[in-house]
Amino acid sequence: MITTSTSPLAAKRNVPGELGTWVFLFGDMLVFGAFFATFMVERSKAPGVFDAASKTLHAGVGLTNTLVLLFSSLCVVVAIKAMRLGAMPIVRLALPMAMACGLIFIGLKAFEYTSMVVSGHGVGANHFYLYYFVLTGLHLFHLCIGVVVLALMLTQAGRPDLGPTRMAVVEGGACFWHLVDLLWVVLFALLYLVS
Amino acid sequence: MGRSIYLLVRTRAGLTWLVLVAATLLLFLVGVEHRTSAVVLLAISAIKVRLIGLDFMELRCAPTALRVIFESYCAVLWAALSGLYLWL
Repeated sequence: MITTSTSPLAAKRNVPGELGTWVFLFGDMLVFGAFFATFMVERSKAPGVFDAASKTLHAGVGLTNTLVLLFSSLCVVVAIKAMRLGAMPIVRLALPMAMACGLIFIGLKAFEYTSMVVSGHGVGANHFYLYYFVLTGLHLFHLCIGVVVLALMLTQAGRPDLGPTRMAVVEGGACFWHLVDLLWVVLFALLYLVS
Repeated sequence: MGRSIYLLVRTRAGLTWLVLVAATLLLFLVGVEHRTSAVVLLAISAIKVRLIGLDFMELRCAPTALRVIFESYCAVLWAALSGLYLWL
């Protein structure tokens, strides 16, 4: 039976994952931040072109992908809480669900890329599409790594007792998945909505 | 198992997830249907990023320095992107 009461140990301020993981995560966030700023600078040079191109994107697919990633993040949150409590059957359910969400995201992105190229909106069409493919491609690369990370986290669910070191590594993996989610939140607004 | 999952979801993180879903739908409605100001859209996105950090990445309970760095990132990102949008 699961209880959600907070023990004094849990209430202590702890670094989620390991400190080294956070150096990597913040580094990644800064790199993407620079890309986002570059996109806005390029946008200012031809706002009409960027607006017109933005309207050709599948906004519904972008919205669906955002919701899919948010749900996957909730699954990872549940998995981490269950892992701490030793409720491994829940971990073995939640992590594959998060991975399935990742695969749905990849499938939708593949559909989006294909339909854009077919309709003549490929990388070379204009600067908006160039940035669209570079930014979402980089994000997709992160997401693919994230799915592998989730699979590695799942392998730990078979262990009867996770030590603090293994738990920190698993928490770091979860934080990486949430990073993939939060980067998409900004990309969705910049590429699909800002006009 | 169903009740156990319910108890794990019925936390602050679960509430945050509901807020994030609602904010995403709102963002979509005001962004696509009404073409709202980019500054507002970026502000909602920055708040969503902050919530993911605080409640999913568990930075709410992290050491203050880590939390301050993350929250500063959210604020600077919003200010920089909005500034570039407005003044370039």
